[in-house]
Amino acid sequence: MIELEHICKTFGSGEHAVHAVRDVSLSIREGEIFGIIGFSGAGKSTLVRCINLLEAPTTGRVTVNGQELTGMDERALRKARKKIGMIFQSFNLMPSRTVFQNIAYPLHGSGLSRERIEEKVLSLLELVNMSEKRDAYPSQLSGGQKQRVAIARALASDPKVLLCDEATSALDPQTTRSILRLLHTLNERLGLTIVVITHEMAVIKEICGRVAVMENGAVVEQGEVFDIFSNPQQTITREFIHTTSNLSKIYDLIEEGSPVVELRPDELIVQLTYVEKNVSEALISSISRNFGIDVNIIFSSIEIIQNAPLGGLVAIMSGPRDQVEAAVRFLIEKNVQVEVIKDGRMASAVCS
Amino acid sequence: MAEWLQQFAPNVVEKFPELIESFWQTLVMMGGSGVISFFFGLLFGVALIVTRPGGVLQNGLVYGLLDKAVNFFRSIPFIILIAALIPLTRLVSGTAIGTRGAILPLVFGTVPFFTRQVESALAELDHGLIEAAQSMGSSPWEIIFRVYLRESIPGIVRATTITVISLIGLTAMAGVVGGGGLGDFAIRYGHQRNQVDITFATVIIILAMVSLFQGLGNLIIRRTSHSGAHPVKGSLLPFVFHRPVGPFSSSAK
Repeated sequence: MIELEHICKTFGSGEHAVHAVRDVSLSIREGEIFGIIGFSGAGKSTLVRCINLLEAPTTGRVTVNGQELTGMDERALRKARKKIGMIFQSFNLMPSRTVFQNIAYPLHGSGLSRERIEEKVLSLLELVNMSEKRDAYPSQLSGGQKQRVAIARALASDPKVLLCDEATSALDPQTTRSILRLLHTLNERLGLTIVVITHEMAVIKEICGRVAVMENGAVVEQGEVFDIFSNPQQTITREFIHTTSNLSKIYDLIEEGSPVVELRPDELIVQLTYVEKNVSEALISSISRNFGIDVNIIFSSIEIIQNAPLGGLVAIMSGPRDQVEAAVRFLIEKNVQVEVIKDGRMASAVCS
Repeated sequence: MAEWLQQFAPNVVEKFPELIESFWQTLVMMGGSGVISFFFGLLFGVALIVTRPGGVLQNGLVYGLLDKAVNFFRSIPFIILIAALIPLTRLVSGTAIGTRGAILPLVFGTVPFFTRQVESALAELDHGLIEAAQSMGSSPWEIIFRVYLRESIPGIVRATTITVISLIGLTAMAGVVGGGGLGDFAIRYGHQRNQVDITFATVIIILAMVSLFQGLGNLIIRRTSHSGAHPVKGSLLPFVFHRPVGPFSSSAK
């Protein structure tokens, strides 16, 4: 659906040249929700603008919907852009136009009659659940409402692709979720291919099927969201994943010397991480039962992503050492990653 | 009332028909040069915005020439401009004197000022709107008419108000070439013959005109602006700040 081949984008030249995008190749399939995540300055906004050629790539080839956009003349490009919707972090609604007029903007000159345009705008308003606000001005709307109007406007020319440039970054978490739900619905109902640019891992987790991680203008890692979450290869990816889980707080507790993590010699703090999609057994209760050990959960961060549990927990295991070790081996067999964070025996050895 | 006027403003009463005549001349000069200047100022202002680096019709040559021409004409004090333009005025208007002869210099004095005002009004527009329009497949011309001009109406009205008020000031200097008008009237009687009541009368008339234009401008801005920000309420302050004219007033850029 969207093919990016060896995209480079350089601003300026010579010494002052800024390489915003470095040799990025991506292939986005029809009907999927594809995420691109990176910290600010990673080049993701420039990259998404290369998809509809708001920024012309310095080198490389962009093909959308079977049409190669790079190398098109201005007129053909404008026509192709009508089939690529885009929404923005700052919504970019026209302040002097009402909601209705904003959504009708791209239909001007489309050859549709006044009645057909009205019909179309009203159905779009219904689609984004904003029918009552048709005569309001953008300044009278909340952020979430503005983004809904922007989505309706972007969909007015029946695009096949929707590009979302940090579309939820200016919204509170609850509104973010409602916008993401709307995008998800549009993806399912209209078969819309959606590209989501964000710096929030939570957004990726919520709706994306596949994700590319960007750093310094390059894609450093890409794949299925579940795989990226369960088995991140790059440091930056791990950093993003940490932002969505509270498991790393255990290190703060240990550093602070919190009484919660003071261990007896027969205790062990472990982090269990689900890395495979097939974990469906009640593992904690079964190790506790089968090996006769106690498992005291301190932190847990488990999400269902693509219908499989992902994440993990931090727990204190206590019991006879051989039984604890057997339990750990059992977990590893079940494809759970086990990391010993603190060992009570070693800690007390240091103390005595 | 008549007695009271006779007592406090004897010269105004005596010269009343001439005062009306001067007022009319001021209106003719403002109307003639105002309409022409509005058109060219808008044209050049838009041209500067779209041809500037990064603009939708980026063109270094056009931008460079226009930018320098605007600066050039803005830097000439109006009184000198009138004199310098005499040959051209004669060519274009057929005469370099009288109300008609004043219109061309007024246009040359106003267009660069208004161009900068329009330029800065358009430059205030959120670049995101341009980007959104481009992403929806709008052509540069559509962007000019449907985004820049349409979305900047409050800003353009504000620029027009300021320019009209500064134009009132410029017309006062047109008396130099026999253009007549209120300024000329006030200088000839109020200043040169020390008829202070004439000076006051013209000040009051001009004050009323300025307030009227400012009020009208604010009304239109309020009606057309939906951005949630309210324009400055009509007051005498704009008179104080905007009376300085063209070349010496603070740059719009």
